[in-house]
Amino acid sequence: MIHDFTYFRPGTAKEALSLLAEHKDDCKVICGGQSLLIVMRQGLVATDNLIDIKRLEELNYIKFDSTEGLRIGATTTHRTIEKSPLVKEKYGVLVSMENRLASIQVRNWGTIGGNLAHGDAAGDPAPVLMALNASVKVGSAQKERVIPIDDFYVDLFETALEQDEIVLEVQVPVPAPKTATCYSKFNLLSSDQGIISVGASVTLDGNACKAVRIALGNAAATVMRAKKAEEILIGKTLSDALLEEAGQAAHDECEPVADIHASEEYRRHLVKVFTKRMVKQAWEQASKA
Amino acid sequence: MEKHLIHITVNGHEYELYINPKTLLIEAIRDYIGLTGSKRGCETVSCGACTVIIEGMAVKGCSVLAMQADGLNVTTVEGLEQNGKLSAIQKAFLDEGAFQCGFCTSGMLMSAKAFLDENPNPTTHEIRDGIEGNICRCTGYNSIVRAMSSVAQGKYREE
Ligand SMILES: Cc1cc2nc3c(=O)[nH]c(=O)nc-3n(C[C@H](O)[C@H](O)[C@H](O)COP(=O)(O)OP(=O)(O)OC[C@H]3O[C@@H](n4cnc5c(N)ncnc54)[C@H](O)[C@@H]3O)c2cc1C
Repeated sequence: MIHDFTYFRPGTAKEALSLLAEHKDDCKVICGGQSLLIVMRQGLVATDNLIDIKRLEELNYIKFDSTEGLRIGATTTHRTIEKSPLVKEKYGVLVSMENRLASIQVRNWGTIGGNLAHGDAAGDPAPVLMALNASVKVGSAQKERVIPIDDFYVDLFETALEQDEIVLEVQVPVPAPKTATCYSKFNLLSSDQGIISVGASVTLDGNACKAVRIALGNAAATVMRAKKAEEILIGKTLSDALLEEAGQAAHDECEPVADIHASEEYRRHLVKVFTKRMVKQAWEQASKA
Repeated sequence: MEKHLIHITVNGHEYELYINPKTLLIEAIRDYIGLTGSKRGCETVSCGACTVIIEGMAVKGCSVLAMQADGLNVTTVEGLEQNGKLSAIQKAFLDEGAFQCGFCTSGMLMSAKAFLDENPNPTTHEIRDGIEGNICRCTGYNSIVRAMSSVAQGKYREE
């Protein structure tokens, strides 16, 4: 049974934020509800006030600019991102990620802002956005701030959002020349959440790795960077031995939890395999870029 | 808790509902409007039996508040038949025997319809992706995929 609540449908983001400031001690924001309504029905979340931001059209946009990069508003649905020719052209990895996120029904109604704010370590957008060095713009009635996605996740289902803040926008910088980003998750049904996932972004200088970002999904309480693996790759040229070393580092530095889907050791093994695979794929694509 | 007055157009008819805001769309459709074709299955957004179409998009009625459909057009399985004639996808499901127990059928039909409206010439692989959000425990899906393919191939096109 869902706990009774007072329902608000503000017409603007400003109005939503002032309602949130007023009720912040006992309040939830709903956007697509694809995650929230489940936990509300299970009784894990009970709130006296619900602020519905699904129809905030001012936060429903995808923009690109060759200096600022990509900007996606919080209420943009997964499906809109998946079908955007602009995103496909400039950040193809986001389209292939969205394509395997849940089912069409969930993507039609669920939003990027809701997904990031939900804070599930098994979510798909966060590791891709972390590999892409994205940031999250958040705002309260008082102020706005931009948080690098590296700092957005604090603990299991816990983000850096204050009680009176909402996610406004995702910001993805323009990738450096000779850069490619790849992402894959391991699961049994293609639309399930990943048992683990890995996103890797590689920038080359000649044949050497100039910069690299590796993000691991569902391999710890939050999405995390595999920084030791990254250090191993910097300045090197591609070889099987190098990939093996980086994969092993990611295997050692992640902190997976065992659950019904996989043991801790199996998750580490998968992290190693997918780190090798994604770095190799991104490296090869970057060399052709 | 304050009740709200909303207007939802279902299968072309406008309904005025006075509801607790926690009412789910599937509850509004089945219990308030009385259209029981759409099913309540898992209620955790997994099985797809409650799939309806909102403004051309397939969604799961168990994961949308009725409040969020206020002012919008909703189509349920009851809306597929027009003037006493079954729609192409319904005929194809019959011809291919694309069901056994029938519990998934109303949701499956809505996903199939939304998918084919958007993607009239799909590959078999795309069809399988298109109904990923709907679980059928009887058919093994092959007959459903055949039914959708035959609609895409124009077998039921009206002259
Ligand atoms: C069957 C199923 C399969 C799924 N599979 C996947 C998968 O494979 N990969 C994946 O990544 N996800 C998956 N998900 C999760 C889901 O797609 C997303 O988490 C969902 O899209 C969240 O968006 P929403 O708009 O529905 O958020 P809601 O459910 O409305 O909200 C989720 C949380 O975020 C908060 N919130 C919402 N919007 C904002 C905002 N703008 N600012 C601050 N807080 C906000 C809410 O208060 C709530 O705590 C799956 C979900 C289901 C039901």
